[in-house]
Amino acid sequence: MAIHPPEKRIWWNEPLEKSEVTWITIAFIWGLVMFFTMVFWHFTGEQNLSNEAYRIHPETFAERTEAMVDQYTVREEGETGLPVVRPPPGSDVYMLARLWEWWPILELEEGKDYRLHLSSMDWQHGFSLQPENINIQIHPGYELVLTLTPEGVGEYGVVCNEYCGIGHHQMVGKIHVVAAE
Amino acid sequence: MASIAHTGSLPRAAEFRTCPDTGLRVDLAAEKLIRWNAVVAVVFLAIGGLFGLLVALTRWPAVHLLPAEWFYLALTAHGADVLLFWVIFFEIAILYFASAILLNCRLATPRMAWLGFWLMLAGALLANVAVLQGESSVMFTSYVPMQAAPHFYLGLILFAVGALVAVAVFFGTLVIAKDEGTYEGSVPLVTFGAIAAAVIAVFTITSGAIILIPTFLWSIGLISHIDPVMYKVVWWGMGHSSQQINVSAHVAVWYAIAAMVLGAKPLSEKVSRFAFLMYILFLQIAAAHHLLVEPGISSEWKIFNTSYALYLAVLGSLIHGLSVPGAIEAAQRRRGYTKGVFEWLRKAPWGNPAFSGMFLSLVMFGFLGGISGVVLGSEQINLLMHNTMYVPGHFHGTVVAGTTLAFMAITYLVVPLIFRREIMFKKLAQWQPYVFGLGVGGISLFMMGAGTLGVSRRHWDITFSDAPVAFDYPGTAFLMMGLNGVFGVLSALGGLMYIVVVVGSVFFGERRTEEKAKAEPLLPQGGAAAVASYGSEGTLKLPGTITLVAIFFVAFVLYYFVNWKFLSEVWPLS
Ligand code: HEM
Ligand SMILES: [Cu+2]
Ligand SMILES: [Cu+2]
Repeated sequence: MAIHPPEKRIWWNEPLEKSEVTWITIAFIWGLVMFFTMVFWHFTGEQNLSNEAYRIHPETFAERTEAMVDQYTVREEGETGLPVVRPPPGSDVYMLARLWEWWPILELEEGKDYRLHLSSMDWQHGFSLQPENINIQIHPGYELVLTLTPEGVGEYGVVCNEYCGIGHHQMVGKIHVVAAE
Repeated sequence: MASIAHTGSLPRAAEFRTCPDTGLRVDLAAEKLIRWNAVVAVVFLAIGGLFGLLVALTRWPAVHLLPAEWFYLALTAHGADVLLFWVIFFEIAILYFASAILLNCRLATPRMAWLGFWLMLAGALLANVAVLQGESSVMFTSYVPMQAAPHFYLGLILFAVGALVAVAVFFGTLVIAKDEGTYEGSVPLVTFGAIAAAVIAVFTITSGAIILIPTFLWSIGLISHIDPVMYKVVWWGMGHSSQQINVSAHVAVWYAIAAMVLGAKPLSEKVSRFAFLMYILFLQIAAAHHLLVEPGISSEWKIFNTSYALYLAVLGSLIHGLSVPGAIEAAQRRRGYTKGVFEWLRKAPWGNPAFSGMFLSLVMFGFLGGISGVVLGSEQINLLMHNTMYVPGHFHGTVVAGTTLAFMAITYLVVPLIFRREIMFKKLAQWQPYVFGLGVGGISLFMMGAGTLGVSRRHWDITFSDAPVAFDYPGTAFLMMGLNGVFGVLSALGGLMYIVVVVGSVFFGERRTEEKAKAEPLLPQGGAAAVASYGSEGTLKLPGTITLVAIFFVAFVLYYFVNWKFLSEVWPLS
């Protein structure tokens, strides 16, 4: 037997410490505040990730992207001659992720809405729009559709931030934002 | 060997010694298992920490040590060796301590416990071999459809099965203790915390089996397809709840150290036990906060799971965040350190590495890991941080500054009590928690800083020198990564100090005989009794703790809303 037997107190009947009760109450209310902030942002905030997603075959997604590229390419850019595509505002635009590139480069008008479709041809990738710092996970077989409104004329990088094998760090794409016509 | 094979249905005739420091009856078989699990844990910390240093040096832009292939290999090995193998081996040691030792009981079926140990060891070695062979640089998350070699998954499965066996031995020991009446009333709070950890472990390991077994079959070609989103949902059922094991375990360690070093008792048993219960009830389903920016998962599900589940479990941690320092303050005030608001803290045993490590762990877990975790886990804010360096910044605050530092701290008590050796290199040991704490606090902060500036995690080259199109992160991002490297070296140094002290003491330290233990008791009067018993401290004024908690809360609220402000400034999307 223990030299020090446990103190036989009935702990479940003891009164609570006042400072503890106050803190539990504050912490609980704070949890509610954080919960409602997320809900509230869905109604009033402008940055909410779309819930629109479809299962899709990678080939189907590639065909749709190619159709857009065929129709709206305005020039080529970069060492590998990536097409730069300028679809009309309000339209459906596609960007596909594959080992190890984002394809194609998009040219979008400032302040206009676009329906951006994202999917992967092979493994998971991470769509990381910089320096805005918007980060979205891209899966093969899933097409995510979101409405995006570019703000601020300039060049934006699309870094892959989901590890996707040995070429992961070479996987950079681009979005140009130009002044609206 | 302590255990004698049992005959028929008779209970095993265990051999015991009486601990001169605590008066507890120590089952020698349990003691041996605790030693071996702890030693193996430390070995994996050493290996994994070395990989961590290599990774940090590679991500330091001015050093950029490893070539790309080695970097991804080292990162996979780092994650697996420290997060899985170091932490879980040590937790098994804690489970045996909190059951057999604290309850004065013999360990149930030491043979099974050894089976668990060998399975875990074999699994951990197999997974390491797979990673080092180079065909399994898939990160420890191993998201499909990227594929590792079959023996990588097999290693993880063996490890998980071994851990499950160990958890079963823990529960068996609780049953025996109850049956044989080795303790009276309720189990001590520390054991209660360990039970919380073990219950969550069962859930965790089951999720792990559900996802890793089909993945293994897929890697050998028996299954053709695994859905990548489904994989993540189930994988994080394991990955996230195993973090909850860590939190339960290290909070139990905080209470244990506060009790052993200062004789501290919880302010009220009811509140502290209730807070552990919250972990069991709510955190398993909070895995959603790893899936906030995945396609095909609804916002309602995300919000429900992060807030209902996560915030109630966070509430558990917030409660411990007051109860643990409150218990310390109460104990110190009872000793007469009652001047002003903070005399109790100033006069705390800062030269005792068990205490300093524990207190640094408490503070950094709250301020660095805790606040950042809740912010990162807010549905929309996650858009700003997902897969950036913010994520490793956050969890080096939880699992390194929090769990690892707490485990290091209790080692300074485990070595004399269980290994029965004196701590060698006392000065080195005294400095160790500070060096490691400062280093880890730094890497946590600077990784979060880099992540706020957009830097990607798991990334070999943030200059993108081989990319077809150019992109530059801002200069401050490079500065952050450089500082992360500097503090990475510091934390590696702190880790090395720990290894030197532990290995030195365990293998070459002076034996701690009974006479010696009697002459120089390790624990103050009441220290041991406070861990092995239950009962509340009762009413006392705690101005210091209330001030600390108030500072914490204000920092939390401000930082939370600052991030919503950041979010409101990025491109509108819906
Ligand atoms: C010597 C001390 C340590 C240093 C210098 C260190 C440094 C780092 C760095 C720089 C990263 C890479 C971030 C990235 O590129 O994505 C990382 C990742 C990680 N670290 Fe540590 N770390 C240390 C200790 C630990 C410990 C003790 C643990 C766990 C208990 C831990 C758990 C992890 C995990 C889980 C990852 C993520 C791996 C992945 O992305 O797959 N680290 N660490
Ligand atoms: Cu990629
Ligand atoms: Cu990638």
